[in-house]
Amino acid sequence: MFYRENGQFKASYRADLALFPIAQDRVAILALALVAFVAVPLLASDYTFRAVLIPFLVLSLAALGLNVLVGYCGQISLGTGAFMAVGAYAAYNLQVRIEGMPLLLSLIGGGLAATVCGVIFGLPSLRIRGLYLAVATLAAQFFIDWFTNRVPWVTNNSSSGSVSVGTLQLFGLPLETPAQRYLLCLSLVVVCGILTKNLVRGAIGREWMAMRDMDVAAAVIGIRPVHAKLSAFAVSSFIVGVAGALWGFVHLGAWEPAAFGIDKSFQLLFMIIIGGLGSIAGAFFGAAFIVLLPLLLNHVPHWLGLPLSTAAASHLEHMIFGALIVFFLIVEPHGLARLWSTARQKLRLWPFPH
Amino acid sequence: MGFFLETVFGGLMAGMLYALVALGFVLIFKASGVFNFSQGAMVLFAALAMARFAEWFPRWLGFESLLLANVLAMAAAAACLVVVAWLVERLALRGLVNQPAITLLMATLGISYFLDGAGQLLFGSATYKIDVGLPKDPLFVLEDTFPGGLLLNKEDLYAAVIAAALVALLSLFFQKTRTGRALRAVADDHQAAQSIGIPLSRIWVIVWSVGGLVALVAGIIWGSKLGVQYSISLVALKAFPVVILGGLTSVPGAIVGGLIIGVGEKLSEIYLGPRVGGGIENWFAYVLALGFLLVRPQGLFGDKIIDRV
Repeated sequence: MFYRENGQFKASYRADLALFPIAQDRVAILALALVAFVAVPLLASDYTFRAVLIPFLVLSLAALGLNVLVGYCGQISLGTGAFMAVGAYAAYNLQVRIEGMPLLLSLIGGGLAATVCGVIFGLPSLRIRGLYLAVATLAAQFFIDWFTNRVPWVTNNSSSGSVSVGTLQLFGLPLETPAQRYLLCLSLVVVCGILTKNLVRGAIGREWMAMRDMDVAAAVIGIRPVHAKLSAFAVSSFIVGVAGALWGFVHLGAWEPAAFGIDKSFQLLFMIIIGGLGSIAGAFFGAAFIVLLPLLLNHVPHWLGLPLSTAAASHLEHMIFGALIVFFLIVEPHGLARLWSTARQKLRLWPFPH
Repeated sequence: MGFFLETVFGGLMAGMLYALVALGFVLIFKASGVFNFSQGAMVLFAALAMARFAEWFPRWLGFESLLLANVLAMAAAAACLVVVAWLVERLALRGLVNQPAITLLMATLGISYFLDGAGQLLFGSATYKIDVGLPKDPLFVLEDTFPGGLLLNKEDLYAAVIAAALVALLSLFFQKTRTGRALRAVADDHQAAQSIGIPLSRIWVIVWSVGGLVALVAGIIWGSKLGVQYSISLVALKAFPVVILGGLTSVPGAIVGGLIIGVGEKLSEIYLGPRVGGGIENWFAYVLALGFLLVRPQGLFGDKIIDRV
């Protein structure tokens, strides 16, 4: 009843191409943006920013990037953590080695470095497909893990191998409070989200999807596999690289190579599969699920009053996490985004039967 | 020359162990089309079960014999893995029939989280020993040909022999028995196998059990070499390049791939490692596999990929 598009006519091409063609959606998204940009920074506590909101935003950005590659172009990658690492270390080096380097530029520089890496490690995708490619992308993961561990130049010759970022400044303003950092992440996520949405519904997005659905058929109708696959790798790695730089700069502050290990790659792949492959909203749902679930599982034994040792609790958490993943895959293999769109379909009629 | 040969032998024996883990992947992939990421977790689970049961049985039943304890523990661990296989089929695979490969892969990642947690919760998460009486003393061979002879590790030699025997046994099982034929039929074509009356779900339980038993053998060998601890599940990461190098669907491929990776890794570590700062064995195998795949995208012995529109 409240979600009917009756009477909303698209009278111009502009209206037909709108990002959110339904008026209720526009209102909802504006309200959401208002809450996220104004209400949350005023109300949320520092702990919420540090433990929930900032990780959620950064990881959803990374998941967004990975979704371009896996969800839209169909190239499975297990090397996302490595591309995040490239972004983080490149941004770090730009920041350390160039005096007065603006933060935004080093973030973008991190993204560009990750793009180069992504295209190089994406080259095998022109020959290898499917699970073979998935395992081949692990080469990127292990190589870059090793590279960041063993080449002292990357960590600015730090003796322990860990690097730390000093105070962050944006346009001359210091970013000190968690709320300011949150706003930086949020703005980047919004910008990247809109850009990605427009990419995937444009010509290049249709090329990616054709590649995903059947690459031979796509090549027959004149889509260049080299161009389509490598551009997907490039765009995806850029976003992932920026997310990696944010993860290092804003969330961690100081990190060592283990922060971008293979676990991170798996985690991100979990996010987009649970959230929904090939959907922008899916990246956000998935990131929320993966960020919130461990926090929740941490508190459950506490609430139930069970006396559990830390080790047992962490093993139990692993078990429940694994079981929930399998459960979600069985119940809704298309991810939370599909549940969301089904719910919206239902809402159009609710509460009337027809 | 002697040193080179020593390295090659060491590589071959390490490769045999990689092949053993890789075999578990190939068996399960062939029969159920699932790329089983949880193989590493299964190895950990099996090794933990084996180590702890061997410790617990003498205490529970009050006997001293190491052999009896090991045999009982092996049987109990095998039983655990069969139960795991049955549960996996029942609770996970059955609900995921006809899903794309990536969904199945993620499901096995979930299973691997679960097994990691369950194994350490049930059996403890400290470092344990497995002592099945593999000799640890070094062995010198060919002392006439080379000054000082070639140094071989007896334990590795035994492990390689066990692995080779297991492979031979599995090939016999696949070629000669009724169940083996059914497994191969399922591997060939699920629907056709089902239509001639082969029960798919039972076959999956069997093949996951066989995968589990292979994991048990791998777990025992690795466990007695390195001790049983969480890091043993990372052995699976060593086996990935082996499977894609050999081809996901080929048992001989797993063996040959394992040997190539084993030798390549050792040689690169010794001759190339010092020049670039060492520690390259983690990624060298992957890059080697990647190089092979660029020439043969389906691996050395994998089924030829035919593109049709």
